[in-house]
This record gives sequence, C-alpha cells and structure tokens, in this order.
Amino acid sequence: MRAKKKWYDYLWILSLTYLILGLFNILFAWLGLLCFFIPLIISAAKGNKAYCNKYCGRGQLFSLIGGRFGLSRRKDIPAWMRSKYFRYGFLLFFFAMFFVMLWNTYLVFSGASELKQAVTLLWTFRLPWHWAYNGTLFSPGIAQFAFGFYSVMLTSTVLGLATMVLFKPRSWCVYCPMGTMTQLICKYSKK
Amino acid sequence: MPRQQRKAKISTDQCVACGCCIKVCPRDAITVPRGIFAEVDENLCVGCGKCVKECPASVIRLEAGSL
Repeated sequence: MRAKKKWYDYLWILSLTYLILGLFNILFAWLGLLCFFIPLIISAAKGNKAYCNKYCGRGQLFSLIGGRFGLSRRKDIPAWMRSKYFRYGFLLFFFAMFFVMLWNTYLVFSGASELKQAVTLLWTFRLPWHWAYNGTLFSPGIAQFAFGFYSVMLTSTVLGLATMVLFKPRSWCVYCPMGTMTQLICKYSKK
Repeated sequence: MPRQQRKAKISTDQCVACGCCIKVCPRDAITVPRGIFAEVDENLCVGCGKCVKECPASVIRLEAGSL
C-alpha cells in the first residue's frame, strides 16, 4: 500500500515544465536558481536534506520515468560511482564548470565577448538554440547566464537519464552535486 | 527456536541521504534525521526489502535483526 500522495509529490511537473520553457524562451532558465538556493537554504537553516527527501522534482521525474514507466535496468551502480572520491570529484568538476560559465557571463556583461546563442551539452557539444532568444530589456549578459545555466540543467538531466537507464531510476541522486553539497553542509553544521 | 526476522541495514558511511528509501517504505520505518544518512526503526521494519531494491547507491541489505 502506497501512502496517500502529498502536494510535493507532484513537483516533477515543475521540473518538466522548466525544461520545456527553456525551449521557447531561454530567459526562463533563471528560474533554475531555485533548485540551487532552496536546497542550500534548507540544509543550512534546518540541518537536513528535506529537499532531496521530499521536494526534488528532478528525482521524482527520474523515479517516474525509470520506475513507473520502467525505463531502467535496475542494476546496482558500480562501486566507484558511489565512492566518496567520485562524488566529491564530480562536485569539484561541477563547481569548476559553473565558474567557467559565470566567467563567460561576466565577459558578455563587460562587453569583452559577444552573446553566444547556444546551449552547451556535456560541456562540449554546442547546440543551436537561437530560436529561444528574442532579445532582453537588460544587458545581453542576462541572456548569456540563461544559456549557460540552461546548459548546466540540460547536461545534468541527460547524465541523470543515462544513469537512470543503466542503473536505478534515481542513480543521479548518488552523484548529484547539490545532494553531495547539502549532505556536506549537514555533516559539518552544528545542528 | 524462532526464526530471526530480517531487517533493513543501511551502510551509513556510504549512504547519500537522498531519501528514496523513505518514499517506498510501506511502514514509514525510515528517516534521514540529520541529512547525513538514513536510519531504520527496527521496531517498525518488517524486512520487506523494498528499500533494498530502490536504493540508488545499493547500500541497504537485509540482515538478521538484533533481538
């Protein structure tokens, strides 16, 4: 018997909507900052991982597609992928790539480089995405951040889907940088 | 001699505290109280093994409980 569904069991709809909105107007990518700040605030203020445990729409999306729809082999994740070396290493790599993205945004803000209307998948492949940009009222840097941030979100979704198929539905949770970071915050805060 | 009931045991050092196990537990026996690792209430756990299958890190095993 499954327990009755709570309101937060439907947050996967927001995660899916976010990805779709980015196809139409890249500026919606800014909303993704919520997925960064809410878990950090909860872990710092409350000292728990309620975000992962209850609210994460990304995780719900994976358990829906991989679990309910059965698109997962349901095999054990390799031991090295759940090791602390890999998890902390991936967190550092993710941080590094995030700062590269912020630096590119800064270059556009300062006028040193042009806005690139593209989404970079897996930090390598540049996908054309110009249709989702119709100008902004503010600096083109605002749009550059949106393209960069959407790249981060799309890349992590693709990685998550790949490990969902290969291993268990929510394999992404094992090496999710936000999950690793909030766990570290909980571990080293005094709460 | 009564057969010892098996209970879910979490390898807390490897747990990523994602909480997937909480959602599948039919007895609400699992919590992640401090965001570091999940804990099983042995009085509630019936050893069904749903969490074992669900755990994305595969760090839950069914083992003989402490009596």
